[in-house]
Amino acid sequence: MTNEIAKVKVVSVPESALKLFLGSMTDNGEKSEYKSLLSSGQTLKEHRDGVLLRTKETGKYNGIATLDLKENDPIRYEKLFSKLRGGLVHSRETAKKIAASPIVEQEGELCFTLYNAAGDCVLTSTGIIIHVGTMGAAIKYMIENNWEDNPGINPGDMFTNNDCSIGNVHPCDIATIVPIFWKEELVGWVGGVTHVIDTGSVSPGSMSTGQATRFGDGYQVTCRKTGINDVPLRDWLHESQRSTRTPKYWILDERTRIAGCHMIRALVEEVIEAESLEAYQKFAYECIEDGRRGLLNRIKAMTIPGVYRKVAFTDVPYAHPDVVTSSPFAKLDTIMHAPAEITIRPEGTWKLDFEGASRWGWHSYNANQVAFTSGIWVMLTQTLVPTERINDGAYYATEFRLPKGTWMNPDDRRTGHAYAWHFLVAGWSALWRGMSQAYFSRGYLEEVNAGNGNTSNWLQGGGINQDGDVHAVNSFEPAATGTGACAIKDGLNHAAAIWNPEGDMGDIEIWEMAEPLLYMGRNVKTNSGGYGKYRGGCGFETLRMVWKASDWTMFFMGNGYMNSDWGFMGGYPSATGYRFEAHGTDLKERIAQGLALPLGADRVPADCDYESKISETATVKRDQQAMTTESLFENYDLYLNYVRGGPGFGDALDREAISVEKDLNTRAVLPEFAEKVYGAVISLDAKGLWHVDAEKTNTRRAEMRKERIARSKPTREWMKGEREKILKKDASVQVRHMFATSFGLSDKFRDDFKTFWDLPAEWELPESELGVPTHGMKSRMDLSQLPDVTTVVLVEE
Amino acid sequence: MATYTREQVGNMVEGKLPSEAVHRMLSMPKDPERFEIYLDVLQEKVPWKDKIILPLGPHLYIAQSLSDKKWVTKCSCGHVFGDYRENWKLNALLYVRDTEEAMSEVYPKLMAPDTKWQVYREYCCPTCGIMQDIEAPTPWYPVIHDFEPDIDAYYKEWVHLPLPERAD
Repeated sequence: MTNEIAKVKVVSVPESALKLFLGSMTDNGEKSEYKSLLSSGQTLKEHRDGVLLRTKETGKYNGIATLDLKENDPIRYEKLFSKLRGGLVHSRETAKKIAASPIVEQEGELCFTLYNAAGDCVLTSTGIIIHVGTMGAAIKYMIENNWEDNPGINPGDMFTNNDCSIGNVHPCDIATIVPIFWKEELVGWVGGVTHVIDTGSVSPGSMSTGQATRFGDGYQVTCRKTGINDVPLRDWLHESQRSTRTPKYWILDERTRIAGCHMIRALVEEVIEAESLEAYQKFAYECIEDGRRGLLNRIKAMTIPGVYRKVAFTDVPYAHPDVVTSSPFAKLDTIMHAPAEITIRPEGTWKLDFEGASRWGWHSYNANQVAFTSGIWVMLTQTLVPTERINDGAYYATEFRLPKGTWMNPDDRRTGHAYAWHFLVAGWSALWRGMSQAYFSRGYLEEVNAGNGNTSNWLQGGGINQDGDVHAVNSFEPAATGTGACAIKDGLNHAAAIWNPEGDMGDIEIWEMAEPLLYMGRNVKTNSGGYGKYRGGCGFETLRMVWKASDWTMFFMGNGYMNSDWGFMGGYPSATGYRFEAHGTDLKERIAQGLALPLGADRVPADCDYESKISETATVKRDQQAMTTESLFENYDLYLNYVRGGPGFGDALDREAISVEKDLNTRAVLPEFAEKVYGAVISLDAKGLWHVDAEKTNTRRAEMRKERIARSKPTREWMKGEREKILKKDASVQVRHMFATSFGLSDKFRDDFKTFWDLPAEWELPESELGVPTHGMKSRMDLSQLPDVTTVVLVEE
Repeated sequence: MATYTREQVGNMVEGKLPSEAVHRMLSMPKDPERFEIYLDVLQEKVPWKDKIILPLGPHLYIAQSLSDKKWVTKCSCGHVFGDYRENWKLNALLYVRDTEEAMSEVYPKLMAPDTKWQVYREYCCPTCGIMQDIEAPTPWYPVIHDFEPDIDAYYKEWVHLPLPERAD
């Protein structure tokens, strides 16, 4: 089906203006005084085109049929690999000490990657390796759009990119890209990225909400030349620092990236000096073909051929009054839909298809195709390819299909991306379950993971901090989300994040220096992990009190009305999020008088324990609206930062009684749900320790299995009732809106839906009948429609 | 390449493998003979004689019926959900948590999904009541056919095992 989209007409650009635009082109379009950057005499685009053509024709990267270097001189190959890879990791570890931002220095939100001249990744450091693809996309954009001619690519240049429309995840990921030359020949590129605290978007913090478009996402630069002769340009330094609320952190992050890039450039020069240019160049392409073969081998070694179908969702609750949007057409509830079909073929190749995904929206959760696909590699390095040999070979071994117009491949240049992770983290949870089905069936139970937890809440905000500076905060505590359960063990409590497997929650003392927010507690979040034979890891929660701030605002960013993960093979999803904030408290007086304070965990949310230790006149918001925009906070106001847990595996009634007992005594589960979900027969002793009676529990569980049968009905019988609801269009507007946007992009998804429910041919669900704003339904304008722009398309659309 | 004994694989299935052994399993290249040992261990666990062809979950299998050689999806208790190519969920029992009250049975207030957005669909075995799967979709979402394995290619080309007889 071809989606009928009324494209916005592009105004034609006068020839004289284009000539000015294109700089050194002569009247007849030929290049003037062209000097190739490559020894082949080709332009960078011709070189890249050649690589792509040879790859397409042979199915092997750059047409490399045999791994000559690796097979004929394996020691040299491994030496090159180890030296370069070790140098990348070392540069990252050294450079991050330059940063002052706890996001970089504490959480490790940075990464350095080495590319060949075609912009394909050869090797990468540890860290936020989603940027293997995003920085590669930026280099490819420069190649495709003739940066070689204008602004020129010279030794000592630096380019900066954070443009989400050409691959970046969100504007706060700033990439510095440095070309690497050897005797006037361009031999590759090195890119370094850090996640900065603030990008000057509509609200403070690195990831913002409420804006409807890119134009509220903050400062964005498109592969701009920001340095020559290894020195940052003064106009760039002045402009960029005043475009963010946190210039001190910004400039130190920039120095971090530059230092790392220059260390790696020096390393490459050293390697070429020692091993010869020819050997380095051979390695820089052969390594990628090696990576391609490596992924195919892993697929065949660990999975099972077949078709896997999974799906994931998350909420966009924008109708609530505490979400103030910049545009009225953004003011609606909707749901992100990410159906994933994984096809693994007998020959070991595979395809990841997201046909049926919902449309992009007027929020900041959209994702560029490269952000989506490159992020999948972050996930796969934690499971299918847990190796340091990750590079663009894995990309060349995979077919991605992301239909144009979906949230993971928008067809409009206005889309906002500041909090793309809200959708990405949820969307990938389906892939975990698909891969884990394969591992389970094959007997590699140690690899099974029920899914990734939702890496939220994000505590964000800003104003004037305790030092009297204009400031913004983004607590990176969700870098320690609960992990999914395995098929042979529980998930880890407050342990990791899908986007940075090396992340941690950071030290309280460091966060208190970076944020005018005192810790009133930091505890495991009871009952946040999904139940199962093996439970998901619990998240944690921190209660913060505003302290010595002025003109301060904060907001919440996370899932509340929905889970973004599912349980697996009979396990339950993790708990959803909620928010707690309190304003106008009497904590100043209570502290002075030595009275009881709200401290520690919000163990049973409905008990409202915090509220019992603040004045009755305080304004409290305790609800499931876990996505908000800025609200005002005064000193002594409270904010609960609840970081989510992971999903569970297997039937909860199969969990060993001793494990439930441990859960109770470590506050991983509330007694009420140990009884209701696990069927545990429990008692509390005089010392305050819980005990589970295994025998009585077995008896109770046998009863519960019978109760399950009694309360259930045959699936096909239930389907009759659900079909009636669909015929009557009985569902909330957000559910209908999600289906309507998916139907609008995919005839196949709509037809499959109608076939499954046996709906009459005339049944339709047009978006126009929902009574909500429909901006974007018909009229869209893609970036490729701008003059003189060649977009880089890296997936089947 | 590491290899594992039948006892070790058995301990793995029971979740009793020491953490060092789990770590080794995770960090070493995969042992291709695992699948055969795994099938052997599982076959001994189930109370029926039909041949396990592919495990689908802790209590769910594709198995070859001894009597007629048909391939079926089967619960560990012996309940048959139907032909292995069908979506077994359509032949299961289903309980849908689509009210606040039903959700409150499994999560504390404020920590469960709002059923106007998301429901839980709990599929259990009609005979033994084991929980086979829990879907967490929006209302209206079709029942998902999760997995259609290419067993012929897997047995013949990947693990090089004789393909059990199949009466279609």
